[in-house]
Order: sequence, then C-alpha cells, then structure tokens
Amino acid sequence: MSEHHSTYVPSTGIERWLDARLPIVRLMHDSAVSYPVPRNLNYFWTFGGILMFVLIAQIVTGIVLVMHYTPHTSMAFDSIEGIMRDVNWGWLMRYMHANGASMFFVAVYIHIARGLYYGSYKAPREVLWILGVIIFLVMMATAFMGYVLPWGQMSFWGATVITNLFSAFPVIGEPIVTWLWGGYSVDNPTLNRFFSLHYLLPFVLLGIVVLHVWALHHVGQNNPTGVEVKDYAKDTVPFTPFATVKDLYAMVCFMIFFAWFVFYQPNFLGHADNYIPADPLKTPAHIVPEWYFLPFYGILRAIPDKLGGVLAMFASIGVLAFLPWLDTSKVKSGAYRPIFKICFWVLIIVTILLGYTGSQPTDKPVLTLGDRTVLDMVGFAQILTVIYFAYFLVALPLLGLFEKTKPVPASIADSVLGAK
Amino acid sequence: MKMISRSLIAALALAGAAMSPALAASGHTDNPPAQKWSFSGPFGTFDRAQLQRGFKVYKEVCAACHSMKLLSFRNLSEPGGPGFTEGQVKTLAAEYKVKDGPNESGDMFERPGRPADRFPAPFANDEAAKAANNGAVPPDFSVIAKARTYSRGFPMWLFDIFTQYQEQGPDYITAILIGYEEAPKGVTVEPGLNYNKYFPGNKIAMANPLIALFDDNGKAQDPGFYTDGTPVTREQVARDVSAFLMWAAEPHMEARKQTGAKVMIWLTILAMLLYFSKKKIWARLEGGH
Repeated sequence: MSEHHSTYVPSTGIERWLDARLPIVRLMHDSAVSYPVPRNLNYFWTFGGILMFVLIAQIVTGIVLVMHYTPHTSMAFDSIEGIMRDVNWGWLMRYMHANGASMFFVAVYIHIARGLYYGSYKAPREVLWILGVIIFLVMMATAFMGYVLPWGQMSFWGATVITNLFSAFPVIGEPIVTWLWGGYSVDNPTLNRFFSLHYLLPFVLLGIVVLHVWALHHVGQNNPTGVEVKDYAKDTVPFTPFATVKDLYAMVCFMIFFAWFVFYQPNFLGHADNYIPADPLKTPAHIVPEWYFLPFYGILRAIPDKLGGVLAMFASIGVLAFLPWLDTSKVKSGAYRPIFKICFWVLIIVTILLGYTGSQPTDKPVLTLGDRTVLDMVGFAQILTVIYFAYFLVALPLLGLFEKTKPVPASIADSVLGAK
Repeated sequence: MKMISRSLIAALALAGAAMSPALAASGHTDNPPAQKWSFSGPFGTFDRAQLQRGFKVYKEVCAACHSMKLLSFRNLSEPGGPGFTEGQVKTLAAEYKVKDGPNESGDMFERPGRPADRFPAPFANDEAAKAANNGAVPPDFSVIAKARTYSRGFPMWLFDIFTQYQEQGPDYITAILIGYEEAPKGVTVEPGLNYNKYFPGNKIAMANPLIALFDDNGKAQDPGFYTDGTPVTREQVARDVSAFLMWAAEPHMEARKQTGAKVMIWLTILAMLLYFSKKKIWARLEGGH
C-alpha cells in the first residue's frame, strides 16, 4: 500500500509539536482510522480483531491469576481452588482464562481456514502468512504449558506424554527430555519452567502479532475476490468507521458465544480428570489432549513409528509455511476455483475426522466385517493423514496446472456494484 | 455445496462420538439416570434444605473415610450455600477438636474448632488412610463432583451445549450410591470388591456406604434421620449428598449463573446497537454491504 499516503492532519498545537518529534498519533490515525479496507470483506475477516481481543483478555486474566497462583507441585492444585473459592471474582478470572484458551483456538482455526479458502497466503502476503504460522505454533506451546499449571491428572500425564515425544530423536532425544524436565521425570522443576514460559510466551506472541499486523498494513488485506485493490476511492473504505463498527459488532457476538461457556458451561471443554490432583503413580485410563490438539495428536498416533509420528505431527503444521509456493494457481480466491473448493472442504472434513481419531482408543474398530476388524482407529487415521498431506503436496501444486477457473471480476468495485 | 454441507455434518457426527473423557473400561456399565436438580439450567439455585440434609449425610456417613480439605466451616454460612446461620456454624465448628500451635512454650495443643478452620480430615495422613482402607486412599471430596463424569456419547454431548446439561458429576455420584446390587449370575466379584451397576467395570472397592442408614430391605434404620420431615429413602439420601458435593465443588455457582444472566442481557443489547450502527454506517456506501 505504498501509494497510500498519510491523511493525518494535526489540528492542535500540541499535536503538531508531538507529530514533529514522535508521530505516534499519526501512526494510530493511519493504521486505525484512514487505513483503507477492501469494501467487500465478509464476516470471516472479523476474526483477526476477535483474536486480538482474546489475546488481550488472556493476558489480563492471566496476570490476575498469577497474583494468586503458586507454582509448586504440592500447592498448585489447591492454589487454583483457592482462586475459585476465596479470591473475589476469582472463579470468573479462572473460567475466562481456561475457556479463553479454547476460544482462542476456535477463532484461530476460523481465521486460518479463511486464509486457506481465499488464498490469503499468496504473493504479496507470504511473510504475513508465515508470521501467522509462527503465531499458531507459539500459541500451541503456550496453551500446552498453561494446561500443565493446575497440576491435575491430565496436566501431569499430558506433560509426560508430550515431553516424552522428544525422546524419539536418536542420540539427542534423551538429553533433550531431561533438559526439558529439569530432572529425570516431570516434577517441580518442570512445573516451574512451564510456568515461567507460560508467562513469557504470550508477550512474545504479542510481539509477533505486531509484526503480523505491520505486514498486513503494508500489503493490505486480501478479500473474497482475491483481486488486489486497484482504485482506492472505488475499491476501499476507510477503516473507521466502516471496519471498526463491523469488527466491534462481530466481536460482541463472539463474546456472547464466549460468555455462554464461561457462565453456563465452564467445564464443558475441559476434562473431569483434571479435577483430580496429579498422581505420578496412577495413569488415567485415557490420556487425551485438549480438543484443539486432537487432529495433530491423531496424525502422531497414525504413524506406527514413534519418531515418524513426531515428524509427521510437526510436518502437518510446518507444511503450512510452504503454502505460498505449493499453491501454483494464478487465481487467489477459492470462490473461482471449482475443484479447489471441493479439495478445501475435504481437507476440513479430514481434519475434523483426524480429531475424532485422536480422541479415541487406537484399537477401537471403525469398520468390521462379521467378527473381523477391517479397519481400526489407527488404520483410519493413516488414511486421513495421507489425504491431509495430499491436499498440500499433491492437490495444490497440480490444481494450478490443470484446473479450469471461473472468470474473476475486474475489480473489487465491480464485484460489489456489478460490471459497468 | 449441499453435498459438502451434508458430508460436513456426517464428519461432525463421527467426530462427535468422541470428546468427554471416556470412562468405559470393560464390561457393560449402565449410564447414570438423569436426576432433577434445582441448580441445573441458567437460573438454577441450590435448594438450601437439600444442602443442609446433604451435609448431614456427609458428616455422619462419608466423613468417616473421605476428607474435604478445601472447605472451611465458614463456607457453610456463606451466600449461595447451605445457608446455615453464623451461630450454627460456630456451634458446629466447636464440636471438633483442632490441632493448633506451637504455643509460647513450643507445644502443639488441641482447641475447639472455629469457623475459619478447614474440615478436619478423618485420617492423619495418606498412609493411615491406606492402612484403614485395603491399601487405597479414599479420594478427597472437595471437588469430586467435578472430577467424576460419564461418557455422554454422540450426539448427546453436542446437545449438552444448548441444554446446558452439566450435572454428570452429581448424576454419577447419585447413581453409584444407589447402584449396589447382587452381582448377576456368571459374574464373580473378588473379595474386597463390590458389584455396582453404574461403576465402570462394575467392581468397586468401596462397600455400600449407605448400609449404615438402611437395613437389608432398604428401610431407614432411623426414620427421623432428617429433621425437616423429608422421607429417608436411599434415593433421597443419595441425591441430597450429591447436591451437597456439587455445591462444595462449585460454591460460587449461583453467583456465576446470576452474573451470566446480566452479562448476556448487556451483551445482547450492545450487539443489537452495534448491528444497527453498522447497518446505518454502511448504508452511506453505494451498493452497501
């Protein structure tokens, strides 16, 4: 958006004085008031703002929780119950924070899916997209460590299973695990460092988010047509009031969804087992990660080899970073790509089904013929994993070469007002 | 598009068969019957009399083995709870001997309990609890109503989001308390275990705890156990103590739901105002959107 010049005019003496020294008001004006937004954005584009709200809500509630939390294996569980019982509005802070993590993933998955469908990762938004993938990874690490802090059964056993994954790497595996644990098992040093990192990472996240937004404001938003802005006057509207009011409306609708869980179903998204204090001598019947990790856990378990599983799991997220170059189509938006559209929905369904396999016992039969199990959960997950990767590594590169796309509108304005 | 949405629903349906920690271990376990709870739903409140009865059951039956170390006597008179008066709580706390100290000469001493004291535990430590209970520590009851559940299965768990069903814990506890029966033919129950049709795997270490209150025919040993005229039946006692345990696990539930109603009204009005503002502002554009 280099040709979009600042429209800020300092109106008072003090603003002119400050503008000559630190143009911070100009920066805010240019990025939140006059910033040009494609006029055809749909409501899927409001999730960036929603994510910003959730991140800040998580940081604020988290800071309050830390004032009352004790990161020690013998006191962590009880200190959280103390927050629930004896801290004024402690139950609200804690339930907002615990459910806020889930809300974060609900919003981020919609945000990512929107980017996938409308080709938001393509030039000139590759760096913007890769920053997003990094944000997603840091988010996952933060959520995982946060879930360990209450020191319930799922906290402890989840931490044990996930940190143990690193032992799959030859030679360096075992030393890495010992280093992560700060000892020879998941124990107090592990809890302490997870707590420290759980406090640090959200601010790292915030920093990457600033870069993400900076990149966004430099290249401008993609839009449902995938056609770049050609004429600012016709194709865009100023961020304020148009996007501001729309984003706020969507944000409040999302808050209603959020509040439903916080006030009426605060434990729906968690596991009952995590209300049992951690016991290193008693393994729960089923160790299941939080719902937002299930598809990746499904991929991990699909591969019979431990190292292979770990690599496949990391690859399933890492592959996202290469999307800008894997997708060879000249047409950005999925709206004009009939075959891509089908592939996209297959990917969504396959990801949900992978989540299902991740939540089930591995030997559970999926397909039976008489008494014979034709397909068990692992076999099913293997098929789904192949389709998952095929989307990125086969479908996207080939579709660009063979797919017959529909005609793309000449401009954003044309798509809204009809070609004249 | 239709095909896509249909297959998406099918995928969700399959994925739905998951979620909620599956308790199913081995054998057939009945799902706990759904009880009617005064505290269910968006406007639910605890039944004070029921919580008081439930506390009596806990105090006279469960407390022999199960601690409740996160609760203090004072909680019993706090808003949203059983509604005992502060005087009643003082008297109740004073019935217990609490270890305190050290005093000025460095000795530990016993004194009568005070409302600020935690509920005293039945055993001095886990080892003592194990020694008295066949090697297993009876779980603490502070959050037990949130720590127990059963698999809802698909599509029930999905409906639960809309119906706000979240009483798996008290339903499960009630079921366990009324689920003791003769083992069916062909099922051998090892010594030290008991048959319970609602317990995952059906074999539970805890002996029927309500045996103390009822004779073999299920008749109350002491029909005057409840002083408020409530009939003393197995189901009633099981429900009362389950309700009490739910309150103990979530003492601010009433405040939570009442705050929720205000927040929901406020957010809905705000959303409507923003919706109309958005419409009005976007109407300035040719073609709108």
